[in-house]
Amino acid sequence: MHGRVKLKSTAQQEEEKRKEREKKLKAFVSTRDAVLKKRSAGEQDEEALHLTQLLLSSNPDIATLWNYRREVLLHLETLREKDEVQKLYECELHFIEVCLKVNPKSYGCWHHRTWVNTRLPRPDWTRELGLCDRCLGLDERNFHCWDYRRTVVKESGVSVEQDLEFTERLIGSNFSNYSSWHYRSTLLPRLRPPPPPDSAPDTSPAPSASPQVHSHRVCEEQLLKEYELAHNAFFTDPNDQSAWFYYRWLLGRAEREEMISCVYISREGERVSVAFSKPVHALAVGLMLVLDGQPQRVEWRCAHPRFRHSPVWLCDLPPGSISDMSNEHNLTVHWTEKHTHRDCALYTGCAESWCRDSATDQELFRSELSVEKSSVLQAELESCNQLLELEPQNKWCLLTIILLMRALDPLGHEKETLAHFQSLKEVDPMRSSYYSDLCSKFLIENTILKMEYAEVRVFSLSNKNLTTLCHLDQLLLVTHINLSSNQLVRLPPQFAMLQCLEVLEADDNAIESLEGLYHLPKLEEVSLKNNHICKLSDLESLASCIKLARLDLRGNPVHKTANIESEISQLLPLVTALSL
Amino acid sequence: MAAEDLPSQFDVVILGTGLTESVIAAACSRVGQSVLHLDRRNYYAGNWASFTFNGLLSWIEEYKNQQEVQIAESEQVWRSLIDEGEDVMPLTSVDSTISNLEVFSYASEEEEKDETKTPLTSCQPVNAETESEETKGGSTEGQDTCTGDDATESNGKTQNEEHQEQHTSEIAEPSQSQDEKEPQPISSPADPPVEVEKKITYQKLLKEGRRFNIDLVSKLMYSRGALVDLLIKSNVSRYAEFKNISRILTCRNGKVEQVPCSRADVFASKQLTVVEKRMLMKFLTFCLDFEQHPEEYQDYSEKPFSEFLKSKKLTENLQDFILHSIAMVTQQTLTEEGLKATQHFLRCLGRYGNTPFLFPLYGLGEIPQCFCRMCAVFGGIYCLRHSVQCLVVDKGSNKVKAVIDTRGQKIGCSHFVVEDSYIRDEQRQSTAYRQISRAVLITDRSVLPSESDQQISLVTIPPVGSSAPAVRMVELCSSSMTCMPGTYLVHLTCSSSGTAQEDLAPVVSQLFDVPAIPGEEPSGGSEERSKPAVLWVMYFNMRDTSAQDSSGYSLPSNVHVCTGPDSGLGSNYSIKLAESVFHHLLPDEDFCPPAPNPEDIIYDGDGPQAEGSGFDESNNTEEDKSQAEEEKSPSTESSEPAEMDSVTQETPLDTSPPSEE
Repeated sequence: MHGRVKLKSTAQQEEEKRKEREKKLKAFVSTRDAVLKKRSAGEQDEEALHLTQLLLSSNPDIATLWNYRREVLLHLETLREKDEVQKLYECELHFIEVCLKVNPKSYGCWHHRTWVNTRLPRPDWTRELGLCDRCLGLDERNFHCWDYRRTVVKESGVSVEQDLEFTERLIGSNFSNYSSWHYRSTLLPRLRPPPPPDSAPDTSPAPSASPQVHSHRVCEEQLLKEYELAHNAFFTDPNDQSAWFYYRWLLGRAEREEMISCVYISREGERVSVAFSKPVHALAVGLMLVLDGQPQRVEWRCAHPRFRHSPVWLCDLPPGSISDMSNEHNLTVHWTEKHTHRDCALYTGCAESWCRDSATDQELFRSELSVEKSSVLQAELESCNQLLELEPQNKWCLLTIILLMRALDPLGHEKETLAHFQSLKEVDPMRSSYYSDLCSKFLIENTILKMEYAEVRVFSLSNKNLTTLCHLDQLLLVTHINLSSNQLVRLPPQFAMLQCLEVLEADDNAIESLEGLYHLPKLEEVSLKNNHICKLSDLESLASCIKLARLDLRGNPVHKTANIESEISQLLPLVTALSL
Repeated sequence: MAAEDLPSQFDVVILGTGLTESVIAAACSRVGQSVLHLDRRNYYAGNWASFTFNGLLSWIEEYKNQQEVQIAESEQVWRSLIDEGEDVMPLTSVDSTISNLEVFSYASEEEEKDETKTPLTSCQPVNAETESEETKGGSTEGQDTCTGDDATESNGKTQNEEHQEQHTSEIAEPSQSQDEKEPQPISSPADPPVEVEKKITYQKLLKEGRRFNIDLVSKLMYSRGALVDLLIKSNVSRYAEFKNISRILTCRNGKVEQVPCSRADVFASKQLTVVEKRMLMKFLTFCLDFEQHPEEYQDYSEKPFSEFLKSKKLTENLQDFILHSIAMVTQQTLTEEGLKATQHFLRCLGRYGNTPFLFPLYGLGEIPQCFCRMCAVFGGIYCLRHSVQCLVVDKGSNKVKAVIDTRGQKIGCSHFVVEDSYIRDEQRQSTAYRQISRAVLITDRSVLPSESDQQISLVTIPPVGSSAPAVRMVELCSSSMTCMPGTYLVHLTCSSSGTAQEDLAPVVSQLFDVPAIPGEEPSGGSEERSKPAVLWVMYFNMRDTSAQDSSGYSLPSNVHVCTGPDSGLGSNYSIKLAESVFHHLLPDEDFCPPAPNPEDIIYDGDGPQAEGSGFDESNNTEEDKSQAEEEKSPSTESSEPAEMDSVTQETPLDTSPPSEE
């Protein structure tokens, strides 16, 4: 028919394409073989550059070829004038650009580009910056390019302000771009570096009074702008996690100061326990104990052999050194690595003594969100509550509110916090265990605070749906603990840090493992009614608690074990009152 | 070919080169129908045409002349061609679709004295072609007859060369070319042009007239609308290039402001509170799949959308944004329709950019021409300034069997497709038409200046009173290739309630600085003025026949009438019409299937292709060659679209042959 266009059949097309592909493959393989042969023959000439160029421009991910290219280039460099070298490497940059178009995420390409720039006599960083901006404009999450850009920024002296503007532009075009947000978080602290602490007029109380280090402070004005940016993002799309993560970073940038938080000394057993603000390795950090002016050679061990790093370390003093009640002793523990120490005086007539930070220090657990003035945090809480009103199902919002409440007043907001946790578990059931653990953590923190306010050594947290135990290092001085009616499954090794514990109640849990009841020198009474202790071997660690006299194991599967009573009395000969 | 006769038989004769007719022509030709495509005008696209400034002046001139002279029609010529049993149905030779045309020029008439003082500095983009006269579509000296092939081909070529410099995105690739986002060097606010503020005189407009491409119809392309889908499906998109509309503006309380419609806009908006941001996003998210939540709007199904918006606790400005600028419906529109319109807007968002719309570079008139080109490539024959005097109707079957063209040749056909404006009033049931009011302005700056002066903006202007129509305004910048640098081309459109001037002049004077006396320049420098100055303005009404359906005409059954442009923002109406006409003509054929790649076409030496279908061997190999060169040269920016009529590039395989060594 007139004008009817005749087309090749699909089979014809397929066949042609197949032939085409075959031809290409053959050519590629033969060139590759030729190149590899040249390399093993040690030939480093223009032809090598040409051939590798042909191969790499169709497949830029063959590292061997890039390596060969570098060898050749290094060789050619020695033969040429400076200007020619410049030209040689400029050509190379151009070539890499072509390869990047084939695969913008090629490790080989970006690495080679960095290398070429180090060899280039007069590198043009502005051009490189332009390349990065173009690449990131096309794909704002190309981390290869982000990496390369960091190098370029360093070399080309782009100011922090310019870089901030750059991230703002990228965030503006798509705020679901965590690369940009994250990069911002690295820029902000550099924006106006805080004055060095020495030069600042020291009007604040002694540094030891504040366990927080404001190491990454961002100036207030900038910070408010950042809050606004984050608000705009999460009000626009509250399900986008990038902004929430950034927001959380903004709210809490504090790190606890590294320090000795508590020293405890007991005449009985002549033992010293030292708690640190974070897990350390006592043998590696240079811990020194001075008793009455005399450095002591002691052997440090941590509360449980499972740990190499631990926040609590123990040592035994030489026998008889403090056992006499009528003597007064002064103990100093030096943390030589951090140039810090803590003293502890053991007075006449006292069986034990300790020294630690003010027990009511509110900042104890607020390291996550704490730096800001509470007025700012209060305003942020109001913003989030506003959003929650509109989006009652939003998990990010709920979680952030919980964190803000904790930062502001953990005890005052406890009830609301628990309610929010309940909603969180409902809207995000996949992570309900995570929320339970987090909730347990916060409840434990609150209980510790309450205990400290009350200045007692009794820790009671029963019937609170606890799923996990944490902050046990903070319970170094606790003598009585009640964890009944929770959902605990184990007493973890960290439990061994409770060096003063005398009575443990943990009835009505689902405890299977007692690992943490290990070398607790003062433990006398353990009640574990209605738990899941099955095997006799689960009780083995109790044998190391030399004072244990009363043990209640009623309602545990272990009672079904044959000869259980005799087995236990064999395992724990000191237990006088056993209930099964 | 001018002297030669046309072939005496065609499958389809199509009269009028507007969008609908051109799409039908391409669709028919594509499936092997022989097509003769005629237009009485000397330019393509009819009322869809775009003109250079000078071309538009000629068009205005022609309009005025036509008002004066009514051509006497002679019947003698074709009487002799009519056989026994045949009837004659004459067509009209007068185009009466345009009315109330008024033109005012406010640009200074004085000579450009300062031209010599201010050197033509870097602010003028260098264009090698400045001197060469462009053979753009609608050029006034169009050939008498030609195979459309030649005409469109040459148009295409000259444009291509220009296009290469432009940063544009090709429609087939979903991501926006990134260069587009970069500020153009000329417009960079960092280095303001050194020139003293240069006045744009009327002389200058004339001199730079070929830089204008002024559309008679102002429409945008919804990026998921029927037109875009068709362009992609049929591969016609390769013949044109497109730009994103960069922002959507509205006029609230006399102030022009940006409408936040995309996620990025909402995020960046400074005028919305965070709560408003949330409410807006929440509502828009709901609209995306509103059918899934009937409980949300059930109670309002009989009530207007505007009331539904109120019930959603949206603040007043959010209601305005959604009603007028996103859904673009009236106060009376019912809820479901409003929701659908919002949904359509949102679905179009983000396909190619931050707004739902595309605009073809060089104006909307390009689109019908692209389809004509497609038709010609598959063998369609084109004649401009060539019309049909009358139809020859077989008395027995009441079917058109032939047409008699304006040269007196009788041409047989099985189907006749005709634009509404060729139909005489006798063949109509009713001659009461709706009208579209149009205004075209050339201004000196944007209604909302921003960092970049290369913005294409859609401005929705809500109706002032309840009876007044909503006015739609499209402001085009020079990089859309529709106006000279330093100016903006502004199109205003609404459905008429009076003459165009009555309808639109109030809006024009609200948004622009219009001097009281024509010819007088606007007072004060642009610094002092708060509004852009109007340099030139044209008002006219265009007949809107879109409400007519086939029952509105008394015509033979194989005559298919294509109504002219409608007043809507998109072109859905015209495309759907073309599709339905096509299915009427050829019920069993596919509508615009993808055009094959040239390499898949088999050429046999003496096929019907010899008649100049545009696919002759030499032509093709040339294309291949140019493409091969392009692939070889590594300097070509791959992010930029290749020549738009080059064959679809094969995706580079990871084993390209190193055979060029």
